[in-house]
Amino acid sequence: MIVQSNMNASIYRARKRTNIIGMALSMFAMALGMVFLLWILGVLLVKGFSSVNLQMFIASTPAPGSEGGGLANAIMGSLLIVVSCTLISTPIGVLAGIYLSEYGARSKFAALTRFVTDIMLSAPSIVIGLFVYAILVAQVRHFSGWAGTVALALIAIPVVVRTTENMLQLVPGSLREAAYALGAPKWKVAFSVTLKAAQSGVVTGILLALARVSGETAPLLFTALNNQFFSMNMNTPMANLPVVIFQFAMSPYENWVNLAWGGALLITFVVLGLNIITRVVFRSKVQG
Amino acid sequence: MNTSQSSDMLTPQAEKILKIQRMQDFLFHKTTLFFALSVLITLLGIIISLVINAWPALKAFGPGFFFTVEWDIINGQFGGLIAIFGTVVTALIALLIAVPLSFGVAVFLTETCPIPLRRPLGTAVELLAAVPSIIYGMFGLFIFAPLYAEYIQPALAATLGQIPGVHYLFAGAFNGIGILCAGLILAMMILPFIASVMRDVFEIVPPVLKESAYGIGCTTWEVVNKIVLPYTKTGVIGGIMLGLGRALGETMAVTFVIGNAHKLSASLFAPGNSIASTLANEFGEAEPGLHFSSLFALGLALFVITFIVLALAKLMLARMEAGQGKKT
Repeated sequence: MIVQSNMNASIYRARKRTNIIGMALSMFAMALGMVFLLWILGVLLVKGFSSVNLQMFIASTPAPGSEGGGLANAIMGSLLIVVSCTLISTPIGVLAGIYLSEYGARSKFAALTRFVTDIMLSAPSIVIGLFVYAILVAQVRHFSGWAGTVALALIAIPVVVRTTENMLQLVPGSLREAAYALGAPKWKVAFSVTLKAAQSGVVTGILLALARVSGETAPLLFTALNNQFFSMNMNTPMANLPVVIFQFAMSPYENWVNLAWGGALLITFVVLGLNIITRVVFRSKVQG
Repeated sequence: MNTSQSSDMLTPQAEKILKIQRMQDFLFHKTTLFFALSVLITLLGIIISLVINAWPALKAFGPGFFFTVEWDIINGQFGGLIAIFGTVVTALIALLIAVPLSFGVAVFLTETCPIPLRRPLGTAVELLAAVPSIIYGMFGLFIFAPLYAEYIQPALAATLGQIPGVHYLFAGAFNGIGILCAGLILAMMILPFIASVMRDVFEIVPPVLKESAYGIGCTTWEVVNKIVLPYTKTGVIGGIMLGLGRALGETMAVTFVIGNAHKLSASLFAPGNSIASTLANEFGEAEPGLHFSSLFALGLALFVITFIVLALAKLMLARMEAGQGKKT
């Protein structure tokens, strides 16, 4: 008690009080965040689960006001667009990432590219849609699955570039030097040594890009547009899940709104599933 | 040893291989360079194509386009003020709410959270960031807006709405959708973004600094406020700007709940419009001409604003990282 008498008891109490209030508020913020996540997932499960059935995967989108129907054309369209987007953005993104990591250590050009890529990561996706409309849709005068693919690829490429570069830089320099010492040319070192060592990280980046574009709606609004019918032709307007969800959710028809919830559930679990898979894959690889 | 000497010592066969490999390396260098360059070209392309398509509107209405309220499709009079106002106001509301909350989340994750829970909770926050924006929009329209109209709007009108000076912000019917509702949904969306950046920069703080503060008897709150926050100031502001950039450009979440009305209203309860929601709603139906071109002008404005915000964010975060490199 002698020690305590030296301290100003009221200041001590005030400091403790501030601390408790601060920590309580911070815990409250965290709890609120978790409530949001669980709330959204809960709502999706409750509202969407009843629409998820075999019908949803085999029937095409119903006409306005009619009963039944599914999302088969939208699911197929989304799959086609997202897969071709991945096929386009992976090589471009990985090669650009290799350049930044292997050649661009100190160059101004690489620093600028890095900076621009970082900004493009968060650039408003609707403007990307406008751009693709202007350069593609307006030129050929019709909406198409390809235009949607290009718009999504423009969003996916920066993600792939930055993760590839970051992952390649984690590869120890001694590995590269060992390969050079054996007389391997630079391209062989980059592909068979550096890229191979960073494989799981690069795959993570690609999957993350995939997760990111799967839920993107805004850039598809004026590129892929929508299509009421089942179509595999990438040269025509194409149904895709996000745009169908948007249209159906904003509509006054109950059947459409229900289907929108079903689609929303599907898309969210695919996106979150991809995110979780990348984490698990990457962590086990890093630890192993 | 120079190259001519070394190639003298090589057999003709080895020399041939060397030549091929040099050729391959040259190609490899140029190919990767080309793809890296394509990112820059895309950015230039975006700006140029927006400017070209926006030009007719900019020429017809002059710089006044960005300060004019009128948006009359029938008479061909266009001004961007309503949409720009809606974009900025919703983003600012979102920041006002999301910044303190994400600060709380980041403090919890770095200071108070039990170690075994850190990873799962951190992942949960990142998952919240990964939820597609259209889901936030649907959630906002169908679940949040009714609750907001029934509880939050009357409560705000009864409290803040009574204070002279700000009462007009909370006037009007409790109809659920509107500027404030869009701001709240945006806040929910950008919270995880800002929180994960803040957590990452908080983790940069050298443990020695924090431990010495704890050692002289600081409380956790004091450590956060007087050690962590000053040390990570630039990074924290960078994170906030990153969130702002996201909020400004967000389309789907806003389009669902903002009300899509071309009206400038003092009340935050009133429906409005943002640049992104205007584009999402009208671009599909726009006839080529001034309407079309005005929409491009709005897109250009959005791109330029977000570009500046994001560029500042990046510069700040980069300075943070550079400083860290010097100190460790």
